[in-house]
Amino acid sequence: MISKDYIILSPQGIHARPATELLKLTRQYKSTICLKKKEKLVQLRSMLNILALAIKCGETISVIIEGDDESDAALAIDSFFNELLKKL
Amino acid sequence: MIKGTGVSPGISIGRAYIFNKGDIVISGIILENSEEKEREIDKFNQAVISAIDEVKAIRLNPQLNLKPQDLDILDTQIEFLKDPQIAEDVHEKIRKDSKSANDAIIEVIDAAVHMLRNMDDEYLSARAADLQDIGNRILRNLNQCKSTCQEFSENTILIAEDLAPSDIITLDITRVTGFATQLGGRTSHTAIIARAKGIPAVAGCGSELTNLINGDTLILDGTLGELILNPNSEITDIYKSKQATLLNEQVFLKSLKDLPAFTTDGHRIKLHANISNTRELEQVFENGGEGVGLFRTELLFMQSDSFPSEEEQFNCYKQVAIKSKNKPVIIRTLDIGGDKQLPYFEIPRENNPFLGYRAIRICLDQQEIFLTQLKAILRASIFGKLKIMFPMICTLSEVKQAKKCVKQVKQELIDLGVDFDPSIELGIMIEIPNAALIADLLAKEVDFFSIGTNDLCQYTLAVDRLNNKVSALYNHFDPGVLRLISSVIEQAHKQNKPIGLCGEMASDPFAALLLVGMGLDEFSMNAKSIPSIKSILIKNSLSKAREVFKTVMEMDSPETIINYLEEVIK
Repeated sequence: MISKDYIILSPQGIHARPATELLKLTRQYKSTICLKKKEKLVQLRSMLNILALAIKCGETISVIIEGDDESDAALAIDSFFNELLKKL
Repeated sequence: MIKGTGVSPGISIGRAYIFNKGDIVISGIILENSEEKEREIDKFNQAVISAIDEVKAIRLNPQLNLKPQDLDILDTQIEFLKDPQIAEDVHEKIRKDSKSANDAIIEVIDAAVHMLRNMDDEYLSARAADLQDIGNRILRNLNQCKSTCQEFSENTILIAEDLAPSDIITLDITRVTGFATQLGGRTSHTAIIARAKGIPAVAGCGSELTNLINGDTLILDGTLGELILNPNSEITDIYKSKQATLLNEQVFLKSLKDLPAFTTDGHRIKLHANISNTRELEQVFENGGEGVGLFRTELLFMQSDSFPSEEEQFNCYKQVAIKSKNKPVIIRTLDIGGDKQLPYFEIPRENNPFLGYRAIRICLDQQEIFLTQLKAILRASIFGKLKIMFPMICTLSEVKQAKKCVKQVKQELIDLGVDFDPSIELGIMIEIPNAALIADLLAKEVDFFSIGTNDLCQYTLAVDRLNNKVSALYNHFDPGVLRLISSVIEQAHKQNKPIGLCGEMASDPFAALLLVGMGLDEFSMNAKSIPSIKSILIKNSLSKAREVFKTVMEMDSPETIINYLEEVIK
């Protein structure tokens, strides 16, 4: 299992567009990927669940990945939060 | 007259068209066996697939001429349609509660819509509309009634309970000249699209709208948020002339919003706004402001019963940084004293408060106040493009002390491992004649200047502008004041430092060309003045502005100067 924290720096937080991209990305992996904000934990496969976390700029979230391809998934998620998100 | 909220300005005169989406009703059917249940699940899955196909088809339709934001909406809708959570919930309602697919969808979507609406977040409320929209689309597919494309006649005012994102995207609204909805507000889809397309709209009109029938003549005032039903010819004429004036003005000023301020010969001037709180930011960008040239932090301190904590200040500056989306924001450190007092901070009575204990003088004397504010600003600096500006600088030593405080706070943050923008720009206000006279020395120490003409003018002319007996002597066109301003600009440029002006002079239309002629880089003013100042700048050239400056510098009284400037911009 891999768990990593990210501080969201994009001004609008995780709104629909980044959420869409995130969903497309996680669909490429077999691992179970979860998103956690404070005590709330959701599986990263539902638009509704991601939006319901209402992740805002400046907040910290954790991503928890478990499965055969978890290290590949973790790399992709890492580049999503550290690079891609800024452009969305 | 029907009252609502004006969400997109302008006046429209036309005929009502009542837009109905077909009623959605719960059937109340209870399924009897697992065979029926599986059939319903199958029907639901099929309806979802057709719905996805429909949205994809809309997305690819070249005739709709979709903008990137429309595509975003449609992509979000596709994600909602594919959402396994929604599908699982519907399946469960069918399997466990024996509901029909129709009823299960209605209940699941309703619950999700309520959840998003109850989160008290404008953005998520708007997504709730997307969710409702896809729910309706699945239902239409389930019940086999395809949405038809409606043809509207000229000057149609569309009346609806609320319009869904896909309604607006798929409807041919080229002939629609107004929207009125029962529900919604400024952030609803209807409002956003209406503003983007420049169609007047009134939202939140309530149930009175249900009394309208197709073909009713209507006047819709999207500025005041009013609808007038079947007006007489007298009222119609009044509104027709209102409409014409508004259109001329609006078309022109609106067209300027996203236009950078270039003179006719290609010289770029930045137009920024002065604000006192985060709420004002929206106006800044609506009026085409390219940033904030002066964020006065006094209000934050005045609204409190004691000095706001670092955390409170941090949250406020962070909000400003985030909401400005990387556009520059100059935060001015606390500027109290003079005529601005804090209820919890007593300044002993002074004979000359304007020459007394104020602004940076207090901050350097009681450094705890200053350091707390600096720390809050620095911590917030990673969320946008913040700059720090010190008010009431008089001497070089004050600048050095203030910079030392910034350095100290930066070190503290480094030690704590807290992120901040290490290259945050530091600037000063030039509002004391001594500072203006030593601008060459000060420019070496800072990243930018901003001229505060209100104080500079009153100190230069030795006039208290709040004193009626002498306030007539206060005039920013006094040849002495103008010489001082022009020399400060010259000195700043000699050291390659940008210089702005954030006093009332920045919004004075007569001063605009003169200041450009002097070489001013940035104007900062109340947001609403930006379009009118911009309209002056873009109609004139830098060479003309320089000529105006030259001519003015040869004149000997504020009256002659004003008369001349009035002639120039006519």
